[in-house]
Order: sequence, then structure tokens, then C-alpha cells
Amino acid sequence: MIVIEDLHKSFGSLEVLRGVTMTVQKSEVVVVIGASGSGKSTLLQCINGLEPIQGGRIEVDGVEVHAPKTDLNKLRRKIGIVFQQYNVFPHLTALENVTLAPRKVLGTSREEAREMGLAQLKHVGLLDKADVYPRALSGGQQQRLAIARALAMKPGYMLFDEITSALDPELVGEVLDTLRMLSHEGMTMICVTHEMGFAREVAHRIVFFDEGVICEEGPPAELLDNPQQPRTRQFLRQVR
Amino acid sequence: MQQTIFTTLSINDLWFMMEGAAKTLWLTFWGALLGTCLGAVLGWIKTLDNWLLTSPVNMVTDVLRSVPLLIQFVLWSSGLGILGFNLDVFHISVIALSLYMAAYVSEVVRGGILAVPTVTRKAARSLGMTYWQDLRYVVLPIGTGIVLPAWIGLVLGLMKDTSLVAVIGYIELLRASQIIINRTQEPILVLLGAGIFYFALGYPISKLSGRIKTQGAY
Repeated sequence: MIVIEDLHKSFGSLEVLRGVTMTVQKSEVVVVIGASGSGKSTLLQCINGLEPIQGGRIEVDGVEVHAPKTDLNKLRRKIGIVFQQYNVFPHLTALENVTLAPRKVLGTSREEAREMGLAQLKHVGLLDKADVYPRALSGGQQQRLAIARALAMKPGYMLFDEITSALDPELVGEVLDTLRMLSHEGMTMICVTHEMGFAREVAHRIVFFDEGVICEEGPPAELLDNPQQPRTRQFLRQVR
Repeated sequence: MQQTIFTTLSINDLWFMMEGAAKTLWLTFWGALLGTCLGAVLGWIKTLDNWLLTSPVNMVTDVLRSVPLLIQFVLWSSGLGILGFNLDVFHISVIALSLYMAAYVSEVVRGGILAVPTVTRKAARSLGMTYWQDLRYVVLPIGTGIVLPAWIGLVLGLMKDTSLVAVIGYIELLRASQIIINRTQEPILVLLGAGIFYFALGYPISKLSGRIKTQGAY
């Protein structure tokens, strides 16, 4: 379970998150929507401690992320994250991308890592690309590779930061399919996305961010079809 | 009577020049090796978010990069002597060349580290890798690919700059050539020979750079 309480985050004098409180249950799929700069991506990077925070607290499975004593390297193994782009390691093959962290972080043996890596690549439909370098992969394949790489650490949570935003339209589908598959498998996910159709279909709950706070949240049907807040209505009109 | 103090070129002169070329190569090797190791550390320090470390490093490398190497040789040579270090010319040359090289390498390395996308590094950290694992398995290989052509350019430059150690009396390729010229009064021929030697040393290095460039960074 991820618990976020009154989270404040600033970059210099710019306060990006201004008191965010939310909880994500095990196996829940939460989709976060909102305009650019509303703090969605920053929220994800705070959850696994990639960004320091200025106030409030985040707990993952009862461990406070930003407590000085927390071993972030250990905590991060539980939380996979995939970014918009530049995810994959360009100097490694697809298989090496997937096996690097298990081998170096978990100390998995070469053979075991290889077996597990191939299984993860198969999982996202990239088994035939195992020995290919990322430069020979399409944007969609690179994103699926990044997902496989994160899954290789057997995380309990997956965070997706607009992972289809930099893709050509025809490649979006294959990546969303991978996310659908994960949600069917019961993975706990927080997805920041602009794909409203996907949000409606997969999300258990949609959270609308506006200017660093949660403006409105609820089940997809309610929030998308019958938004209560004027800001939500305005945003949904714009993205449609 | 043509018998003068001048004598014609002989096979011994060729050996003398080859010996000079070997010393040039040796100076280049040590200057590049030590300069690259030191420069890599300095370049890494330059990327740290800690002005207590970065500002002295920046200051020193700025000085090393802006003072002509010729002057640095003379200053190191006399300075180390005054301080009581009794080093031979070769070691003084290597010290000066290494520090000069390190200053340039530090900038290249800094650029290489910063050229690795922040997101890629965050991805590494998000997998549970430590700062050092990220540096070793992600930043180092990606950055090396990016900076290799520039680094090879520096090594080529360094090789040519070794000719400046002649001022403090080390007999490398150019100084050897000058000695032969003084004796034979055959400047064109001897310098042509020296040029061929420099080319023979430098061509394989630049060829390597060309190959790396065509392979391209990722």
C-alpha cells in the first residue's frame, strides 16, 4: 500500500505539489490525469525517492520513503518506474537491459538472470529482440523493454509516467496493451497519462491533478462522465 | 676543399630520429595515461553539486588550459628545481604533460557525463542501483562512447605538443631533428623525415577515431 499525506514539493521557489493526500491499495490501478505542469510526474518521482520532498510524508508498505534511515536502493526494488523516453540503456542489448539490475543489485547468477530476462522479454512480446540493441527497436518496443526491465526486479508497484506521450500514434496501442496485461495480472499501478480511453477502461480510480493538488477523484465513469468540479469539466473538454 | 664541420646524412641519423620518435611516443603514452586518469576524476568532480569541490578544480584546470604549454614546461622545470625536487627532464615533462592533458580531459569527461540523459540515470537508480553502480554500468559506458572521438583528438594534440619539451632539453623527435639539421644543414629533408615520423605515430590514432565516429554513438 502507498500512503501519501500532505505532500509538498518545490523546485526552488516554485511549489509543484501543494499538499497531496492519496492512498493506493494493493492491486489497485490509479490513473492520474491533469494539465502539463500540474505535478503528476513529480509525484511519481517522489514516491520512489528520486526527488526529495519539502513537506508531508510518503509510505510504501509501511516504510517512510524520505526518512533519513530508509535504504532507498532497497526500497526502489519494490517500485518500478517507466518514463516518457530515454528509459533504456543504449549500450546494452534488450536482454542485457533486463538483466543488468538483477545481476548487479540482487546478485542473481548469469544463467538465472538470462532465463528470467528471456521470460520477461517474452512477457512483453520482445523475445525475438533479445540480442538487439535499443537503436534497432521502435519507440513502442523500447517502452515495452523498459517495462520488462522494471518487472525483472519483481516490483510490488509500477509507476508509469506518460509512457506513450513521446510515441508515434500507431505505436501507442502495443504499449497500452502491455499495461492492460499488467492490470489483469493484478499489478498495483499508478499511471500518469493523457489516454482517456485507456483510463476509462483500465483505471479503478481516476485522480485529477490541478495546480499541485488533487482537484477531484473517483471511479472512471463518475469522474469522466459526471465531473463535479468546474476545473475538471474544463480539462476534460480540452482533452476530448 | 668541401671538408667542413658539416657532414652528410647517414643511417645513424635515422636511428637517432627513431630514438627521438620512440621518446615522443613514450611521453605521449605517459601523458595520455596519467592525464586521462586524473582528468577523469577532475571531470567527475566538476559534475558534482558541491562548489567547495568544483570551484578549486575549475580554477586549476582553467589555469592549466590558458597558460601556454611552453611556459608551463619552463615553470615546472625551474619550479620543481627550486623546491628541491631533483627530477630528470623526462619526469618533469611527464608531470607537465599529464597535468595539461588532465585539464583538457576533465572538460571532455564533464561533457560526457552531462550528455547522459538524466532520465536514463534515474531509470538506473529506480532499479535499485547505487550511485556508483549507475556511474560504473550506465554513465561510464554511455559517456565513453560519446567522448571517445574528442579524447582521441586530445591525444593527437598531446603527441604534437610533446615537441615543446625540447625547451627544457629533452631530446625527443623534434629536438633530435634540430640537432641533425645543425650538423647537416639539411633542414627540408630532415623536417620532412620528422613529419613522416609524426604522421606514422598519429595516423593510426586518427584512423581509430574515424572508425569510432562511423560506428556512431547509439
